[in-house]
Amino acid sequence: MNKRLIFYILGWVLLIEGLSMQLSTIIGLIYRESSYKFFLFIGLALIAVGGLIVIKKPKDPTMLLKDSFAATTLSWIVLSLAGALPLFFSKTIPSFVDAFFETVSGFTTTGATILTDIESLDKCMLFWRSFSHFLGGMGVVVFLLAIIPKLGGNNSINLMKAESTGPSVGKSMPKLRTYAALLYAIYIGLTAIEFVLLLLGGMNVFDALNTAFATAGTGGFSTYNSSIGHFDSYYLQTVVAVFMMLFGVNFYIYILILTKKIKQIFKSEELWLYLIIVAGSTIAIAVNLLSYYDTFKEALHQSFFYVTSILSSTGFAITDTNPWPAFSVALILILTCIGACAGSTGGGFKVSRIIILFKEIKKEFLLIVHPRNVYTVKVDKKKVSHETARSVSVYLTIYVFLVVITTVLISFNGFDFTTNFTSVLATINNTGPGFSMVGSAGNYSQFSVFSKLVFCFNMLAGRLELYPLLLIFIPQAWKKN
Amino acid sequence: MDIIIVGSGRVGRTIAEHLNTEAHSITVIDEDVRALEKLSDTQNIMTIEGNGATLSVLTEANVSTCDLLIAVTPTDELNLYTCLIAKSAGVKRTIARVRNPLYTKDLPFVKDDLKLSLAINPELLCAKELTRMLKFPDVESMTSFARGHIDLIKIKVEKNSLLAGKKVAKSSNILKDGIHICTVERGDECYIPNGEFVIEEGDFISFTAPSKAAAKMLKSLGIISRRRSVLLLGGSRTAFYLAQDLLEAGIDVKIIDNDKERCFELSETLDDALIIYGDAMDQDLLLSEGIEHVDAIITLMNTDEENLVSSLYAKKVNPKAKVITEIGNLKISSIFENLPLDTMFNPKHIAGKYIMRYIKAMHNSLNSEFETVHFIADGKAVALEFRVRESSRVTGTPLSNLDIKDDLQIACITRQGRMIAPKGSDSIEIGDNVIVVTKLQGLSSLDDILR
Repeated sequence: MNKRLIFYILGWVLLIEGLSMQLSTIIGLIYRESSYKFFLFIGLALIAVGGLIVIKKPKDPTMLLKDSFAATTLSWIVLSLAGALPLFFSKTIPSFVDAFFETVSGFTTTGATILTDIESLDKCMLFWRSFSHFLGGMGVVVFLLAIIPKLGGNNSINLMKAESTGPSVGKSMPKLRTYAALLYAIYIGLTAIEFVLLLLGGMNVFDALNTAFATAGTGGFSTYNSSIGHFDSYYLQTVVAVFMMLFGVNFYIYILILTKKIKQIFKSEELWLYLIIVAGSTIAIAVNLLSYYDTFKEALHQSFFYVTSILSSTGFAITDTNPWPAFSVALILILTCIGACAGSTGGGFKVSRIIILFKEIKKEFLLIVHPRNVYTVKVDKKKVSHETARSVSVYLTIYVFLVVITTVLISFNGFDFTTNFTSVLATINNTGPGFSMVGSAGNYSQFSVFSKLVFCFNMLAGRLELYPLLLIFIPQAWKKN
Repeated sequence: MDIIIVGSGRVGRTIAEHLNTEAHSITVIDEDVRALEKLSDTQNIMTIEGNGATLSVLTEANVSTCDLLIAVTPTDELNLYTCLIAKSAGVKRTIARVRNPLYTKDLPFVKDDLKLSLAINPELLCAKELTRMLKFPDVESMTSFARGHIDLIKIKVEKNSLLAGKKVAKSSNILKDGIHICTVERGDECYIPNGEFVIEEGDFISFTAPSKAAAKMLKSLGIISRRRSVLLLGGSRTAFYLAQDLLEAGIDVKIIDNDKERCFELSETLDDALIIYGDAMDQDLLLSEGIEHVDAIITLMNTDEENLVSSLYAKKVNPKAKVITEIGNLKISSIFENLPLDTMFNPKHIAGKYIMRYIKAMHNSLNSEFETVHFIADGKAVALEFRVRESSRVTGTPLSNLDIKDDLQIACITRQGRMIAPKGSDSIEIGDNVIVVTKLQGLSSLDDILR
């Protein structure tokens, strides 16, 4: 492990976080809230510590895959620990574990909360929660790649691999720094468009800013107890729904649009399947909900909002979905697991992994029928390497193991099975709401300290896509030879 | 004609042998002295030892006064480069062999820049021929024009054909739009029909059609075969091209090859074909892969012996299927006649025939400006493709106002990849590709179609 370099990256993370906190300071000053000083001083402290660390560049810029996995995982843990400090010291959230849970949930763009009354929070605290979604959505390490020249030397792609979502991370440009900058430019651009559209719908600047940040990172923290349901407007809710869907799309698609390669977009199997899943489940759930709502239009609206919210792993709500019929509940749980597209800000298992798995299944059965068959798994007419396919299969195995084990661990609370199981799915897929106690109108406040730490683990594991987080528990990774 | 052949491999030798029977003077260039000796011992040709892509060697072969250079070395890049050098050195026309599927796909883009008259891909030609045998067994021949947008198809008018007894002008009701009858062969005669010409049973008609519409039309005439599944034994390049064509036509393709690397290559490049790694001479494997139930079996393995044996086996277990056998080298051809096999083909002959046809047409119209040429009716008529590069006497005037020679027809015009079946009101514009069908010789430019 190149510990010096990992330490250097952590320094940058603290520096960036300290600077980000100053945005909350500004919000606090604007709304004349006394709690601004927590952001100001903690932020300055982080800037000082981070600044001291990054003054000296490490001599050895080599970044192996394991180094970048460790650097990314530790970055996220440090980010969440430091991010919890203002919430904790201001006594907004008196317990540190709760504050940590809330921050992890923010940065991993899960959107699960332990707060029961969100509206009582200071505006600067609310802003910090929403902004953590924004920073965590595209990833803080990707941000570092965009701003720091030569970070990670010639192996900087390894850092990208550790933080970006999806089974195979590539870059479509020779310079990774330009690529990372372009991703962030698209990210900020889309967020700005949503912000403007929300303002046009009559939302105030503060709410629009927070909602746009939370949508962009596919997070789900809202500034109101009733989430987006607070805004009783078809227009606003539909804008949010459409943007949740858009942020769940592979950002490579937007690069294709910017570079005018429109034809290639229609060849993307992942995009097609994603849109088919959105359309199919929206209609299925809408039909299923017909008896719950007066008109089909209303059912369709409810269904579209929740499908995009869950599939993109955002977790915004406009209604309590607990009373929904069993079929809709089952479908929503499946959507929770599928998640968004690779290379998006969304969580979940990822549509592209599903595609690869199904093609692997087809290959397996073809081999039974034709034992000497040679079959190449292809996505978008390109070969999926054996290594990628294997890695996806193992990913599924680890994923299932984690779900099973953590469900058992959560069960010690004595809550009902729906609560236990759906809370695990909602955290590992970075969605937020599950059903029963953790339903769209519920929260995570009643779980034990231990359970909350398990959830934190799940959220980080889900956001970093299992391998980076689990690697730090593998002793060989830390050995020098 | 003076012809230079660069490369004395199999194809080079076959062409040299074929051309030598006609009245051409041939020079073969190769670096392999032995291969050259073997050629000059049996053929009345000149040989030069050296690299055909160098100016000094080409000058030695009198490239500047030469009519045609054919580059058929084993390397595609070298062939293209040789043609480029030769063209700069003053040769009139060049033919290059390009076999790599990826290059073949891109050739239309660069053919003009390379000033290449013709690119041949022997395996692709074989595959096209095989596709025709499988898809349209009753079609006599099929060639493509205008970068593959247009097919020239020759069919026989059968006894109960819808076309028999119809006037050409009326036949467009039966044939689809955009289809144009170019020539009618009756006995030894070849006619360029006008609208009043009556088609009779037993005639061979050649017509141009947009490639996409051709299959549809043949179907409506009832001369398309309904084969659903094809088994290819051997995964050669020909097999690859053939599989591509067949899959596109919605036919199931299964390929058996005993080279694992090759199997992986095929499975990566062919989307829906079933690739089986195994020995195509293994009876159990063939049976388990359903050789008894497929509609056609084509053997494309390395040796003629393997092809023969597996074809015989295929015919035995599946007598109903069409079996096509590749025979490339065996010289004892007389024994084949007694074997219970349907069809045999020789890939070298197909490529050789193609080049020969081109050279024959070229011989007839030296100094002409045509892009491509095809023979119809054993050379009694030709179809010439012209590119209109500048305005002339024929451009911009409705066809009905042009005084066009007898025995000559404008078969079709392609404008920006779209085909126009020319009517009297249409006119030829700059940038068009025009296909002219004629029995006349010595047509050197498009202006010559006028009286």
